[in-house]
Amino acid sequence: MATPDQLKTNTPPLLRVTGLKRYFDVSEPFLNRLLEGKSRLILKAVIGIDFKINRGQTFALVGESGCGKSTVANLVVGLYQPTAGKIEFDGIDVASLTSRAQMALLRRRMAMIFQDPYASLNPRWRVDAIVSEPIRAFGLLKGTQAIFQRTGELLAQVGLSPADGEKYPHEFSGGQRQRISIARALASEPDFIVCDEPTSALDVSVQAQILNLMKGLQKKFDLSYLFISHDLAVVRHMADRVGVMYLGQLCEVAPVDAIFDSPLHPYTRLLLDTIPDPELTGRSSQPVTGEIPNPIDPPSGCAFHPRCPESTDKCRREGPELTTLDSGVQVACHAISASSEK
Amino acid sequence: MKSVLRIQDTVYRFFDSDIWYSFKKSKVTIAAACVTVIMILSAFTAPWIAPHNTFDPATLDLMDAFTPPVWYEDGTPKFLLGTDDQGRDIFSTILYGSRISLFVAFASMLLAMILGVTLGLVSGYLGGAIESIIMRIADVQISFPAILIVLLISGLARSVLPNVRHEEMAVWVLIFAIGISNWVHFARTVRGSTMVEKNMEYVQSARVIGRRRATIMFRHILPNVMGPVLVIGTIGLAVAVLTEATISFLGVGVPPTEPSLGTLIRIGQSFLFAGEWWIVIFPGVALVILVLAVNLLGDWMRDALNPKLR
Amino acid sequence: MPEPLLKIEHLGIEFHTRRGTLVAVDDISFDVLPGKVFGIVGESGAGKSLTGQAIIGLLEPPGRIGAGRIFLNDQRIDQLPYHQMRRIRGKKIGMIFQDPLTSLNPLYTVGKQLVETILTHSEMTPNQAHQHTIALLDEVGIPAAEKRIGHYPHQFSGGMRQRVVIALALCVSPSLIIADEPTTALDVSIQAQIIALLKGLCKEHDTAVILITHDMGVIAEISDRVAVMYAGRLVEVGEVRDIVKNPKHPYSQGLMGSIPSLHHKSEELTQIEGTMPGLMEIPPGCAFHPRCPHAFDRCRQRRPGLIDTKPSKVACWLFENEDRSGNT
Repeated sequence: MATPDQLKTNTPPLLRVTGLKRYFDVSEPFLNRLLEGKSRLILKAVIGIDFKINRGQTFALVGESGCGKSTVANLVVGLYQPTAGKIEFDGIDVASLTSRAQMALLRRRMAMIFQDPYASLNPRWRVDAIVSEPIRAFGLLKGTQAIFQRTGELLAQVGLSPADGEKYPHEFSGGQRQRISIARALASEPDFIVCDEPTSALDVSVQAQILNLMKGLQKKFDLSYLFISHDLAVVRHMADRVGVMYLGQLCEVAPVDAIFDSPLHPYTRLLLDTIPDPELTGRSSQPVTGEIPNPIDPPSGCAFHPRCPESTDKCRREGPELTTLDSGVQVACHAISASSEK
Repeated sequence: MKSVLRIQDTVYRFFDSDIWYSFKKSKVTIAAACVTVIMILSAFTAPWIAPHNTFDPATLDLMDAFTPPVWYEDGTPKFLLGTDDQGRDIFSTILYGSRISLFVAFASMLLAMILGVTLGLVSGYLGGAIESIIMRIADVQISFPAILIVLLISGLARSVLPNVRHEEMAVWVLIFAIGISNWVHFARTVRGSTMVEKNMEYVQSARVIGRRRATIMFRHILPNVMGPVLVIGTIGLAVAVLTEATISFLGVGVPPTEPSLGTLIRIGQSFLFAGEWWIVIFPGVALVILVLAVNLLGDWMRDALNPKLR
Repeated sequence: MPEPLLKIEHLGIEFHTRRGTLVAVDDISFDVLPGKVFGIVGESGAGKSLTGQAIIGLLEPPGRIGAGRIFLNDQRIDQLPYHQMRRIRGKKIGMIFQDPLTSLNPLYTVGKQLVETILTHSEMTPNQAHQHTIALLDEVGIPAAEKRIGHYPHQFSGGMRQRVVIALALCVSPSLIIADEPTTALDVSIQAQIIALLKGLCKEHDTAVILITHDMGVIAEISDRVAVMYAGRLVEVGEVRDIVKNPKHPYSQGLMGSIPSLHHKSEELTQIEGTMPGLMEIPPGCAFHPRCPHAFDRCRQRRPGLIDTKPSKVACWLFENEDRSGNT
């Protein structure tokens, strides 16, 4: 059964991730384990997830801390090597690239925007050196004059002045630094940008500026975004499709309106119920009991069952698979797949 | 044109900075800086400003030996601070002596810094087995006193090098020995800072575009870990001056034909109780003032570069 | 109208630096009623946390109160000597910080810290204090309180730690709690729990709360009254419903418009151009005028005071003719 998305476009997705897994060995050093008789500890940060991102679209991953969404971002851009699974960019299996030159061709087409505008810019570098680093790293332009010219253009594109290139990062506010970060991401003319919580360190009014800027740039350069966030309101504003993550797994993947207007998975509903709502709609927000489990020692079966109001014996025993419903929405919940089969 | 503007801008930034402000505020630091600068300048211009060339045996006259300083009855304005047993002018020997002392100290600190910073960066950034090996070597070395290591190396050099070569190589052996015995502090500090910096997002951003590890280490991380290195380097400079003086005092450092401050003190100490106190006291005072001034500078630098104390 | 519990009159906070005196909080006045939640909202650098620190007497030097008066139950508290202020901090004003670890000592069990605090500030016997502690931990929703009392702060999760801090703030039944970004470091689902807890407990104990946050959602959820701060000044004070539904000051309007909505998808968010000025470069007149779409000459020349437009008070010249306080 093809999803409506697949029917719409004939071109392959820009990014396709299948069965992606990443485990971290967080056990104590060998000697300590030997002396204290402790066993190995494996943190399963990402436990087999699949998604795809179409050209010019924004796919958002939401979830609470420790759900593995940032790990996915780091896997996609190659900061981590996957434990298992496949990442295909524009039809090319990333793992099949071996030479530096091949990797550079791929890396030029991807960029990343980070969360902390205070840590993501080298404090000892001038802004024009920061922004032009990808140009120099990939050898896109020759000659200082050409690079200088281009850096000025990039700064202007993100709403800064070309003269700002002379300054150091500490002379800018958080929002302006995030603009510099975006200018750097655009420097290699990528078609895909991974945004890891790009506005969570910013004030709301600054956040609005940055989100508007990112949307404008997306239209202008036909960019695709992988947008990582814990803020559902921001996700609703930015995303075309949304994946909700809980303890390293996707529990629901759907178009943005479906997620917000008719959430299916109990965890998605919980998330939506708990956000404090500045619009005073009078909706009763019911606090949910229970905490996020420790990812080193996740619950058996469906990871969400201890907090789920509808959990059954089956949920405690076996984890549900992500299944595609007739509507094209993908959801991993026994209760929902059972009712759709009927 | 652009680079000229950049330099102007950097100079302007320096005089506008908190570091310059805290420097201007501290009278002790200004005094220490003046003393250090004067001593360094006069040491390195010794051949031009010293009244006598004490290295030229032809100019020495044994008749001048043991002349007291100028304010004594027997003193002469020719020898401001008196002369030693061979009739060498003490003031001039101090100038020439501190020249050798400072040269050895600077060169050995530079060696220690290059070695320590590189090893610290590499072990902090790469981690794993390389880190374990480098840091275990450091652990072992730090459990021996630095002076012992210097003695060991210079003793080794003495037995390996032929006698003729040894005289002219002595200074370089000393630089190598003091440098080797001091890299550990640099390496440990740099490794610690590097481990913090390498998790910063600006480093990840450089990794995302596939920059080489050496580029990341030396272009990105190095400028951000240099603050503490400069502090250690400055205080280490004072320590190196002292180490050199100790070694030369023990007689295994620079040869007496090219006396450093330590050599002068060794020569002078045998006359201290014979009444010719000036032969040992003046080089000693020069050494103390130099070390104190450099140490005060280092202390100030540590406070000024530490954001917590500002 | 009941007597206010806390009265702040023309409070100013300044920093002496080598580049001159910086005014971080400039002439703000508001009242907090007993048992009510008063929210202070603003962007980082607006001076909201400094205001909280000034009330509780914990301003870090070189910051200091440069002007104004603070009254708690008609007692002036901004000039008290250190030891008297300490007693007030313990007994009458509680504090909840963003990072629970700053208020908990990692070397002692949470039980010990709570019991000590209770013993210092009340007449209870150690045994009573112990019982009271268990009851408190139970009340803030910590399961198996008798067992958890012997645990160290690092053995609690972030949300549980914040519950312990709330217990610590409540343990001597203060009449006022200052909560500085109490939920910012927490996940959304945990944040909801903490907000609900804070709201419930304060109602039950009749404790007033000053809630300092940048999150309009949190304010809307539990506050009764709100003050909006911009560049160290109050721009609007009023009932939460009025400010959220019908903000009057152009800055409040921009702030509300810039929050992405959960309920509908808009193509573009309202955005306020530019950034909040740093303390060094606060413009003359209304601090907001360079970014304000309605600014006129007067805004550039004179600083507006709070104008009572009923229901809310707004510091904006646009409302000059609507002043209904009757003292023009």
